[in-house]
Amino acid sequence: MNKHFATDDTVFSGQIKPFAQTLAGHGLEIRREETSTLQINTGLVCNQSCAHCHLDAGPHRPESMDLITAEQVIDYASRNRFETIDITGGAPELNPHISMLVSELRKHTSRLLFRSNLSALNNGQNDDLMGLLQKNRVVIVSSFPSINQSQSDVQRGEGVFVKSIDALQRLNSLGYGSAENGLELDLVSNPAGAFLPPSQEQAAKRFRQTLQRKWDITFNNLYCFANVPLGRFRKWLKYSGNLNPYLEHLISAFNPCSAGGVMCKSLISVSWDGYLYDCDFNLAAGLPMNRRKTHISEMQGKPLPDTSIALADHCYTCMAGTGFT
Amino acid sequence: MDTYYDPKDLTAFSDMGKQAPELAKAFFEYYNKVFAEGELSEREKALIALAVAHAVQCTYCIDAYTRACLEKGSNLDEMTEAVHVATAIRGGASLVHGLQMRNVASKLSM
Repeated sequence: MNKHFATDDTVFSGQIKPFAQTLAGHGLEIRREETSTLQINTGLVCNQSCAHCHLDAGPHRPESMDLITAEQVIDYASRNRFETIDITGGAPELNPHISMLVSELRKHTSRLLFRSNLSALNNGQNDDLMGLLQKNRVVIVSSFPSINQSQSDVQRGEGVFVKSIDALQRLNSLGYGSAENGLELDLVSNPAGAFLPPSQEQAAKRFRQTLQRKWDITFNNLYCFANVPLGRFRKWLKYSGNLNPYLEHLISAFNPCSAGGVMCKSLISVSWDGYLYDCDFNLAAGLPMNRRKTHISEMQGKPLPDTSIALADHCYTCMAGTGFT
Repeated sequence: MDTYYDPKDLTAFSDMGKQAPELAKAFFEYYNKVFAEGELSEREKALIALAVAHAVQCTYCIDAYTRACLEKGSNLDEMTEAVHVATAIRGGASLVHGLQMRNVASKLSM
């Protein structure tokens, strides 16, 4: 496809209504409630360089959670019971302490999530990890943006679609993705460009039919998320002249009803170096919890309810359409 | 005005209701009902709209329904096939009228 790129990367500066102002205009406020989810970003190292990545993760990134920080995270999780613990990256498979994190964190929560890009999990070197996830009944949340190979490979890299199909079939063979045995396999789809995702319900129906018919693959849930204008995706938006129109499109899809379910109200995100954020997007934006850097080793308990949440223009993403949970 | 078409006009479509508001209201209600989920999905209806947009060569509609198709979960392969459907019908419509030409020519010729 021919692409005509803009050279001016400052197009949106000063032209977008601040998120907090839009929120106030609707008489809304986003404040922390009971924190039930601990999200752990194990690092920015990844075997892929997805075009929509809000963290700019990739093989070139050295940032990875070290042993001391991993132990501090486990200690914090052991002192504060979280309903859900959510391990993410980069590719968490590539963190050298991932097996310890999975085994230890599983003891402290009833629901442990592991976010995988599939190709790192099924690279021939992580069979033990796959077995560990299965044994501990860890929920696998895998990136699977599209049922169309060319659309997927444009977004995630050449050949990733075929590797992902292979990985999903392997996970199905381990018992993941069926309704009966409780090994949950969820898919996450992001649009391949500067547009919003489809209805989750309708997309799930289509993904289910196509994956079953073409590759005999089953899964439990599909989540459709809008791309967040940060990191590599933001660079692409600027480069392609889409930044301002995309932000305007997010604003036009602002749905006040989404404010009730945004994840930052009930989630705390810890970065690879142990610092705390209200969500993974604020982590990517370098916007710490309470707008001051706090290390997990300094935290005694969970963040207090009714405390403020750091907001920025990328928060429009979570308020567009049905939101982002 | 430098050109007859301006993409910004698309967002002002509802301005057509400033005159004959009852007709506009009826039209937009009908329009929204047409594109709602029915026996056909919203995604399928957007693909049909994209094909028709090419057949009637409405630049506003092509702009709007390209985005709509992507946001309903269609991909470029499917959208290209939809445009070919429009092309085939347009081309076929010309070609099948060749039979009329043949009938007239046959009647006039010895």
